[in-house]
Amino acid sequence: MNAQTAAPRGEARSRLDGLRAALRGNVREYAMYIALVVIFVVSGVATKGLFLSPRNLTDLIKQTGYVAVLAIGMTVVLIIRHIDLSVGYVAGFMGAMSAKLLTNGFPIYAVIPIVLAIGAAIGAYQGFLVSRVHVPAFVTTLAGMFIFRGLLSLVTAGTGTIIVRDEAFRALSNGFIPQIFEGSRHWLTFIIGLACAAVLAAVKIRARRNESRAGSSVSPALLFIFQMALFTSVILTAAWILSGYRGLPWTAAIVAAVLLSVNFVLTQTRFGRSVYAIGGNPEAAELSGIDVAKVTFIVFCGMSMFASLAGVLYTSRLSSATPTAGLGFEMDAIASSYIGGVAVSGGVGKVTNTLVGALVIMSLTNSMNLLGVDISYQYVVKGVIFIVAVAFDILSRRRA
Amino acid sequence: MRSEAYLLEMKDIVKTFPGVRALDHVSFRVRQGEIHCLVGENGAGKSTLMKVLSGVYPHGAYEGEIVYKGREAVFRGIADSEKAGIAVIYQELAQFPELTVCENLFIGHEIMKGNGARIDWPASLRRAEELLLRVRLRVDPSVKIKRLGVGKRQLIEIAKALSKNVGLLVLDEPTAALNDDDSANLLNLLRELKLQGVTCVLISHKLREVLSLADTVTILRDGAVVRSLDARAGKLAQRDIIRHMVGRAIDDIYPKRNKSVPGEVCLSLKGWTVYDPATEREILHQVSLSVRRGEIVGLAGLMGAGRTELALSLFGNTPAYKITSGELEVKGKTARFTHPKQAIRMGLAYVTEDRKRNGLVLIQDIRFNITLAALRDLVKGLAVDRQAELRAANEYKEAVGIRAPSVRQLVGNLSGGNQQKTSLSKWLFARPDILILDEPTRGIDVGAKFEIYQLMNRLVEQGMSILMISSELLEILGMSDRVYVMAEGRIVGETPACDATEQIVMAMATNAQEASA
Ligand SMILES: Nc1ncnc2c1ncn2[C@@H]1O[C@H](COP(=O)(O)OP(=O)(O)OP(=O)(O)O)[C@@H](O)[C@H]1O
Ligand SMILES: [Mg+2]
Repeated sequence: MNAQTAAPRGEARSRLDGLRAALRGNVREYAMYIALVVIFVVSGVATKGLFLSPRNLTDLIKQTGYVAVLAIGMTVVLIIRHIDLSVGYVAGFMGAMSAKLLTNGFPIYAVIPIVLAIGAAIGAYQGFLVSRVHVPAFVTTLAGMFIFRGLLSLVTAGTGTIIVRDEAFRALSNGFIPQIFEGSRHWLTFIIGLACAAVLAAVKIRARRNESRAGSSVSPALLFIFQMALFTSVILTAAWILSGYRGLPWTAAIVAAVLLSVNFVLTQTRFGRSVYAIGGNPEAAELSGIDVAKVTFIVFCGMSMFASLAGVLYTSRLSSATPTAGLGFEMDAIASSYIGGVAVSGGVGKVTNTLVGALVIMSLTNSMNLLGVDISYQYVVKGVIFIVAVAFDILSRRRA
Repeated sequence: MRSEAYLLEMKDIVKTFPGVRALDHVSFRVRQGEIHCLVGENGAGKSTLMKVLSGVYPHGAYEGEIVYKGREAVFRGIADSEKAGIAVIYQELAQFPELTVCENLFIGHEIMKGNGARIDWPASLRRAEELLLRVRLRVDPSVKIKRLGVGKRQLIEIAKALSKNVGLLVLDEPTAALNDDDSANLLNLLRELKLQGVTCVLISHKLREVLSLADTVTILRDGAVVRSLDARAGKLAQRDIIRHMVGRAIDDIYPKRNKSVPGEVCLSLKGWTVYDPATEREILHQVSLSVRRGEIVGLAGLMGAGRTELALSLFGNTPAYKITSGELEVKGKTARFTHPKQAIRMGLAYVTEDRKRNGLVLIQDIRFNITLAALRDLVKGLAVDRQAELRAANEYKEAVGIRAPSVRQLVGNLSGGNQQKTSLSKWLFARPDILILDEPTRGIDVGAKFEIYQLMNRLVEQGMSILMISSELLEILGMSDRVYVMAEGRIVGETPACDATEQIVMAMATNAQEASA
């Protein structure tokens, strides 16, 4: 039964076994990447390259921005075995609030903190109900859907669509990071891409070394090198394409900041541990001294704050707040999380994978829009992809 | 004709998991009509072998051959093995607490009315009564399962197996969660079933019961059969089994410690009265007890005496239990915890009785679980210092002897005993002053038990105080300095362990129960 007995018995055979085990162990993660690649290739061909054009890829990033922010928050909520259905209308409502504040002459540097603070307050209200009063999150946030939909209508009642004229605000979703080098190519973007690729590789290599030192089985070296080559080349290609157009959109920078900070919290801090512990076994977590109610409360606060940020990004992208903004955002956010590998039973999930999940959903949307697919079919297609991803996830987990 | 017919032959079974060879060419044979006990250390592969047999690991997921009733058996799932007449009762009972005894008995193969569309309840109830009679259980078949204790549930599970005309009954540590009375009851039933021709494989860490029951004892170690011994002649001694199991002799299962004079009182309860909102009953009445520094205090009693509730309520699990009156003093300071984190901060630790339900995060690894209760100590700046964490986890894995390829192994993949050790390590890592142990050696093999007892002795010698809840009287008597006996939510007796015997303690526990009934 000990670790050694399984090892020797034909070097080649065991190496093959290792490869197979590694592939099987991460089958759903690979499936997600493969899905993304397939979507890109098929869309690229079907749109005769239009999908892969620098302009469209830039659009894709801008579209993915607000969904990604929502999905990152949603991932944490789903890990602790709750759900937040209200995020769409919270985003819509807070987007309208920001538009309203801007048109009333508030400066942008005041508007954004105010909106985020109100978002956190909304989260505090829902988090209180869930964590202290023990109203199921499904019910609490379903009620939230009603409430914030109503408030959104109220805010936009007099004016209908509110047009935003503030340039800085519009730049959040439509602007690009500044060009600091001369030339037709946006070199700063490419340099950032290069730096990202280098940092990613360094982090992964270090993590792998620590893992193997800790004694857990790591994927075979060959597979790892292949993965790294793939990741870095994708990042570099994307950076190259973007730098040939107008550079890196601010949205991407904002999403990256959100992603990195939430990822840091989840993977490195005690709070993150608490989140995974609660998701894995709330009773054990409580008896281990984790204040489950407090953590739940904070997670809901964060979620609604991210929803506000998403609302700001969305409003900025359209340069206006509409009475129907936020409709169905929660579906995209939840689907992204699950496609990104959050376990339906909680306790498992990575925000980095959620980002890929969001890209899967949004590149589908984008490509179907380009192809002029009717919105009704779009919903059906997304629903099918969603359910296939979750079913596949459950199957692959059961096998492991 | 051979003189001895084998009902079951498992030949050269090999089963591997990533990084672990759980079974390494195991051959295991069971004679028709015998009680065959399977023993071995935690992680030796006992449960895995039975899972291979029952089709949990389907044909093709392992190497080797299974011959059942003279024919090669190919089980693609549990349903196949059940159809062949093999019933496996796992330690974690798969029951539906909200359903009645009768419904649980026939779930999946209900008795139907003539046309086959509706359940025939009167017939089911009659049949249920018959089955309950066969396992000598006197309960109303229409009562909900959740109202019954573990012992009775275990019997119901056997009744369920009998209803399917079982030929081979496999029980994986059935008595681990039972007190001595319920265990004796169950073992008697197995003897009776044997007379009725039921063949039985029993996995157990309780060697006394193994010796009293077994016709054959097979000892597994590190995934291989060490020996198959005939136990019928009555020559087999416990120490022989232990020697084969752990590879060395253990003379005194309860190691001696240098009894120093216990120090000052560091945990004291006075008039502790607790109300349970869920059942709307007062569950603890005026409980008073004290634990001194450097002392092991045993808390004995029957299942349902309120010992776990006592531990949980003083540990701060307050939404579940409401303390209506009473006083708790920890290290001289009055305390009333409203959350376990406060109790932990005051130096308390509570190792739960049910590791799967509220002790461990099964989908996380050993390291995650060991450091969970004291992660605070490993934080550097904002982040957890993961190198230090790894070192700590490895250190405790070694110290407590958790058998796993690495601390990154998922706890859900560990054998039962190793899970228990992980749960214990978590609380040792929190370096408590007062350690409350609730059934600390449930499902743990003799060797590891001995190690845990030694560890307990070391800890109290260093000044820790231990309050140990256990249903194993010998353990309580062997390890404690002082013993409290609880029954029906009350302390009904207190005695120094050196004066106590099994009879005295049992008498206290049961007399009180009868008096109040
Ligand atoms: N799903 C799994 N994945 C990886 N390893 C496993 C898995 N299941 C069991 N093992 C390993 O196989 C070995 C045998 O485990 P098994 O549960 O059969 O032990 P056991 O003899 O029943 O022990 P115990 O007395 O503690 O119940 C252990 O080392 C365990 O960690
Ligand atoms: Mg076992």
